Amino acid sequence: MFVEGGKEGFDIAISIIPYLVGMLVSIGVFRASGAMDACIHFVQPLLTYLGIPPEIVPQAIVRPISGNGALGLMIDTIKTHGADSFLGRLASTIQGASDTTFYIITVYFGAVGIRKIGDSLKVGLLADLVGAIAAIVVCTIMFK
Amino acid sequence: MINLIWAFLFLIGVVYAAFNGTMPEVNKEIFESAKEGVTLCLGLIFIMVFWLGIMKIAEESGLLDRLSKVVKPFLKRLYPEVPGDHPAMGYIVTNFIANLFGLGNAATPAGIKAMEELKELNGGKDEASRSMITLLAMNTAGLTLIPTTVIAIRMKYGSASPTDIVGTTLIATICSTTAAILFDRYYYWRRSRKNTK
Repeated sequence: MFVEGGKEGFDIAISIIPYLVGMLVSIGVFRASGAMDACIHFVQPLLTYLGIPPEIVPQAIVRPISGNGALGLMIDTIKTHGADSFLGRLASTIQGASDTTFYIITVYFGAVGIRKIGDSLKVGLLADLVGAIAAIVVCTIMFK
Repeated sequence: MINLIWAFLFLIGVVYAAFNGTMPEVNKEIFESAKEGVTLCLGLIFIMVFWLGIMKIAEESGLLDRLSKVVKPFLKRLYPEVPGDHPAMGYIVTNFIANLFGLGNAATPAGIKAMEELKELNGGKDEASRSMITLLAMNTAGLTLIPTTVIAIRMKYGSASPTDIVGTTLIATICSTTAAILFDRYYYWRRSRKNTK
C-alpha cells in the first residue's frame, strides 16, 4: 500500500521535470541578464509614490515566481535591516501571505498534462497582489 | 500558453544580455537553473514517495476523516462541480488541510492527485476545468496558519520574538485567500456569460 503510493509519486515527479526545468531556465536567464532588475527599476518611482517601501518590491514581485528566490530576498532584507525591524517583519509577512504561483501552476498542471490554463494565472497573480498589499497595510498599521 | 510566457522571458533575457554584455552570466545561469530544476524534481520524488505513503496511513487511521468532517462543508461549497464522495474531494480536503498546517510538501502530492481526479471528472481534456482553477487559486493564496519556515529563519537571525509576524501573516493570507475566491468566482461568472452568448 505504501509502495503503491510511492511508485505513483515517482512517476508524477519524473513527468514534471521538463516543465520545471523550462520554467527555471527561463526565469534564471531573465534574472541573470539583468532584464529583471531593469524592469523593477522602471516601476519603482511609481511604487514609492504609493507609499510602498522600495526595499521589499523585488521580493514582492519575485514571490509568485520563485519561492526560494523570494526567501533569499527576505533573508537579505532581514540581514540588512534586522529581523525585528519594520522592513524585516514586512518581508516576513509578505513571504507567508501567498505562495509561488508559477511553480504551483507548472507542477500541478504539468503533472496531469493540462495545457490550457484558463484564468488560473490571472486569479493566482491577483491573489498574490492582494496578499502583498494586505501585508504592507497590516504591517504599517501594527509595526510603524 | 504558460510555455509562451517562459519562451518570451527567455528571449527578452537573451536579447537584453546581448546588449548589456551579461551573456557570460546568462550562460552560467542556464546550466545552474537546469541543474536546479532536476535537483528539485529529484527532491520532489522523495517527498512525493514519502508523503503519499504517509497519507495512505493517515487515511486508514481515521485521523484524516475527523479533520475532513470539519472542513468538508466549506470545501463542498467552494467546489460545487465536485461530487462530495468522489475521490477528487478527498484529495482536495487533504491538500487544504496540509496547506493549513504549513506542510507544503504534503500538500503538493495531494494537490496533484486531486488534479488527476478532476481531469477525469472533466472527461480527460487538457484544459483547466472550473474546479481546477479554484484548486489552483486556493493553493497559491496559501492559507497557512503557521508559517514555519519564516519563523525558523527569524529565529536563526536573532529575532527577539520570531512569532510576532504570525498575526500579520494570518491576516494577509486570509485576505489573499478571500481575494482568490472572489476573483475565481468573478472569472467563472465572466466565462459563463461568454458561453451563453
